[in-house]
Amino acid sequence: MSPEFALMPEQASSVSAEYDALLFTEIGISVFFGVGICLAIMFLAWRYRAGSEVDRSDPPEGDMRLELLWSGIPLVIALGLFVWSAKLFITMRTAPKNAMELHVIGKQWMWKIQHPGGKREINELHVPVGKDIKLVMSSEDVIHDFFIPAFRVKMDVLPGRYSMLWFKPIREGTYRFFCAEYCGTSHSKMIGRVVVQSPADYASWLSGGGNNEPPEVAGKALFESFRCGTCHREGLTGRGPVLDGLFGKQVRLAGGGMVVADENYLRESILDPGGKIVEGYQKLMPTYRGQIGEEGLMQLIAYLKSIAPDGKQPEEKR
Amino acid sequence: MSHEAHVAHHFDDAEQQYDACSLGMWIFLTTEILFFGALFTAYAMYRSEYPQAFAHASSHLSVWWGGFNTAVLLGSSLTMVLAHHAARTGHQENLVRNLWLTVLQGGGFLAVKAIEYSDKFAHHLYPGAGFEYHGADPGQAEIFFSLYFAMTGFHALHMVIGIAIVATLAVLAARGKFTPRSHLPVEMTGLYWHFVDIVWVFLYPLLYLIR
Amino acid sequence: MTPAAATDRRHYLNASYTAASWLFTVDHKRIGILYLLSVTFFFLLGGAAAVAFRLELLTPAGDLVTAETYNNLFTVHGVVMVFFFLIPAIPAVLGNFLVPLMIGAKDLAFPKLNLTSWWLFMIGGAITLGAVITGGVDTGWTFYTPYSSTYANTSVSTAIIGVFLTGFASILTGLNFIVTIHTMRAPGMTWFRLPLFIWAHYAASLIMVLGTPVVATVLVLVVLERSLGLGIFNPNLGGDPLLFQHLFWFYSHPAVYIMILPAMGVVTEIIAAFSGRRIFGYKFIAFSSLAIAGLGFLVWGHHMFVSGQSMYAGIIFSFLSFLVAIPSAVKVFNWTATLYKGQVRMLTPMVYAMGFMGLFTIGGLTGLFLAAMALDVHFHDTYFVVAHFHYIMVGGAVMAYLGGIHYWWPKITGKLYHEWWGRISAVVIFLGFNLTFFPQFLLGYLGMPRRYYAYPEEFQVLNVMSSAGASILGIGYLIPLVYLVWSLKYGPDAGPNPWGAKGLEWETYSPPPTLNFDTTPVVECEAYDYAAGEMAPELPGTQGHGSSTSEEAGSSEP
Repeated sequence: MSPEFALMPEQASSVSAEYDALLFTEIGISVFFGVGICLAIMFLAWRYRAGSEVDRSDPPEGDMRLELLWSGIPLVIALGLFVWSAKLFITMRTAPKNAMELHVIGKQWMWKIQHPGGKREINELHVPVGKDIKLVMSSEDVIHDFFIPAFRVKMDVLPGRYSMLWFKPIREGTYRFFCAEYCGTSHSKMIGRVVVQSPADYASWLSGGGNNEPPEVAGKALFESFRCGTCHREGLTGRGPVLDGLFGKQVRLAGGGMVVADENYLRESILDPGGKIVEGYQKLMPTYRGQIGEEGLMQLIAYLKSIAPDGKQPEEKR
Repeated sequence: MSHEAHVAHHFDDAEQQYDACSLGMWIFLTTEILFFGALFTAYAMYRSEYPQAFAHASSHLSVWWGGFNTAVLLGSSLTMVLAHHAARTGHQENLVRNLWLTVLQGGGFLAVKAIEYSDKFAHHLYPGAGFEYHGADPGQAEIFFSLYFAMTGFHALHMVIGIAIVATLAVLAARGKFTPRSHLPVEMTGLYWHFVDIVWVFLYPLLYLIR
Repeated sequence: MTPAAATDRRHYLNASYTAASWLFTVDHKRIGILYLLSVTFFFLLGGAAAVAFRLELLTPAGDLVTAETYNNLFTVHGVVMVFFFLIPAIPAVLGNFLVPLMIGAKDLAFPKLNLTSWWLFMIGGAITLGAVITGGVDTGWTFYTPYSSTYANTSVSTAIIGVFLTGFASILTGLNFIVTIHTMRAPGMTWFRLPLFIWAHYAASLIMVLGTPVVATVLVLVVLERSLGLGIFNPNLGGDPLLFQHLFWFYSHPAVYIMILPAMGVVTEIIAAFSGRRIFGYKFIAFSSLAIAGLGFLVWGHHMFVSGQSMYAGIIFSFLSFLVAIPSAVKVFNWTATLYKGQVRMLTPMVYAMGFMGLFTIGGLTGLFLAAMALDVHFHDTYFVVAHFHYIMVGGAVMAYLGGIHYWWPKITGKLYHEWWGRISAVVIFLGFNLTFFPQFLLGYLGMPRRYYAYPEEFQVLNVMSSAGASILGIGYLIPLVYLVWSLKYGPDAGPNPWGAKGLEWETYSPPPTLNFDTTPVVECEAYDYAAGEMAPELPGTQGHGSSTSEEAGSSEP
């Protein structure tokens, strides 16, 4: 994050360099065509200016080969760019397995971030260099958007569901992040900084003061205080599906259909339990909408993940 | 070029005027389809997202009132067609009678709609702060009722406009304004009326019947 | 035709002088004039809002106005410019005036509906302005839920009702054009003899008719959500925040083509006239308009690559967005080829058209950056996007609109404006525009998000450049206002066809009589039927200097 004037943002994540390569390729193509067209226009306008002594016999009214040529060449170039950008986009969207998971909650007008160990921070994001980092994000009110220019990543943060964003910082330093989706009066105050540290510095920062309990521990406490275990257990008294080992598995639903038990499915099942019932179970569970906030939800889900040790990380689809 | 009285000044002849008006009406109906299309899209999306909540919420609607209204509307389309036929063949008395019958049936539809609405209000099944719902997923049910009121409300608004136009036509017809050569407003209003009818033919199964 | 004859003759302007004869006119030309005055007012209003927030953005800190005011300013700018200027500008002013003239009709098919459109437009505008005055609107012109439906406590509902009514004006205008083009063409005016301006308006009308109702519905639902408590977009009930965006962009992306297709039509006419030859690749330009309108309905999802729509949906929308570039490129190539072996005269409309081609090319090429999903991730909702769509909508549509106003000014008013001032205004606008918006591409790449009231100080240099450019641009827009109004009184009489252009509109008087033609024209030749190598007449305004022009004009007054 440099306060002085620059012409391009820093390249601080694993995708920044390829992003810029694609960008400069497109700029090159654009300059070629843009300048070419302008030169052609200026030359023709000058050569065929009214009254100039040039050959104007048989002006053509159209030429099929020319039309095919100048629709075909841009089409091929456009398709090439499409393929490259789609490949890069898929990379940018598919979080590596075993990425370190942080929770981000946006609200008017601040960012609340929680680390795997439970450490919280506001409008600052400390991450270790060289590690894959995955942000699981949700909003408490309107739509926000988490944007780190130096990493070339951005993702909307929506109320009522989780969205994901991942990156791998490659350079230590501090970089800005912004809210990029207009969210009301103090939208422009919803900014902060990413601090990329060496793993050792990050570890010592983590162990610094103000530590909270890890989210899965808080989630376990919530799980117990809501007495979820009285129904979600094995045996005859188990009126709900067993939750151990559930996260990341395919679930067969009553009335047909399959769904992956990912963050969004668990969230929906806590808030609107009647929507997608697991095959073989009744619609008995009451809704917990209004009784549990965004943070509580994230903690509960963190707990459910922690009791599914070999549950694979679901492939990101959103 | 001799201009007939019912041909507007900027048209060359009656045929051009007829072509323009009917094409204009069809284009207008196309915009209407898209107008309702946005609502149907929202409905389809939520229906597939929350099938059980929607099925359960839908059971709070009266299939019988809805069915009655469907029959009434189909009847009104019939009288509208008969009115057009009467206008074309010059039976003024028939024309006036069928137009009023159409108005009457449209009014009957709205009256039944009012009964249904007041029943929903009495049971607090209207979206907003007063919403009360005894069943799973009240939030999703509230979305169902939001869509129910939005879709049937827009439809009812179209009915009100349609009834006003048909009633105006009836008054004009009684004064002998329409002849076999000049009855474009009757035909165009008929198209509109059938369209509003068809929208209901889609609304009824989607909201009342599919469980 | 002598000047005296022109003033004695009855035409649509002197047919009657009462206020009612204007406010309740059913003459498409008078309605075009009403729209001209109305959209000029809205343009100045939206421009004033832009001036205010460009001043605020001179410094990184928010110091000139409050954050609330700033948010109101950019919302007013967006709402007014999109719904009350750009969408009606070319169709409702030039289209209204010219569609019947170009196809040889006496009027549009539904003159009263046309008047209704204008009244709806004005009532909608008044309601929206009322909302701005009484409580402001701070949602941005996109009205995204749930901010607009639940959280904003400004006059959002009132503003939306105004926009809704204006939408109806747009639907009725589109309907009128389609029916008119289908049923009112003069004898001999086959589809492939139509000027390409008509094809462009036909394509744009399809979008007005098919897209506008969808946005109308979705905006009404937002109003119902705010007033009656409907919950279709409410995430607390399980409502999907993306549903609004899908339905909104289903209209609002094609809406860009409502602005740019008629602009392309204008530019096509100007280039043919000032190259003095038949347009190159007539059918390709005609069908590319339809292709753009059709494909335009399939690409809305490219506004939502990072909104949470599925990755696979994003890939499809990206692919289709790349395809839209092709018909646009085809048009640019055909215009360029039209210059070849022509008699190119760089008069004011042509200078504007050249400016259009340059700016539209930049806007179109940067559109490819945003169609590329990976690049869009970084550019989305930054100043890069702001720069891109201003290159299309201001660099493109407004340049063409002004070019068209200049080209048909003699037809509309019967007067010639001052040629040198015309060229100067085009050049000043071109330069001011680039200075305003080119730095914004860099700002976006550096990561400055749009709709920011205060910003980190490393962005200041480029913001100052942009604000400086905006002041030049603002002056550029005021110059034509002055000399065009001036020409009404002091300009020389234009005669029916000052440019030596082809087309039915040039075969009647300037200004045209109320019913456009003395006798219904019969078309016997193709559009742009310029004879090869034929020299167009010299303009009365071009040989002399500024002072002599106005003297001539003065002496021709009776």
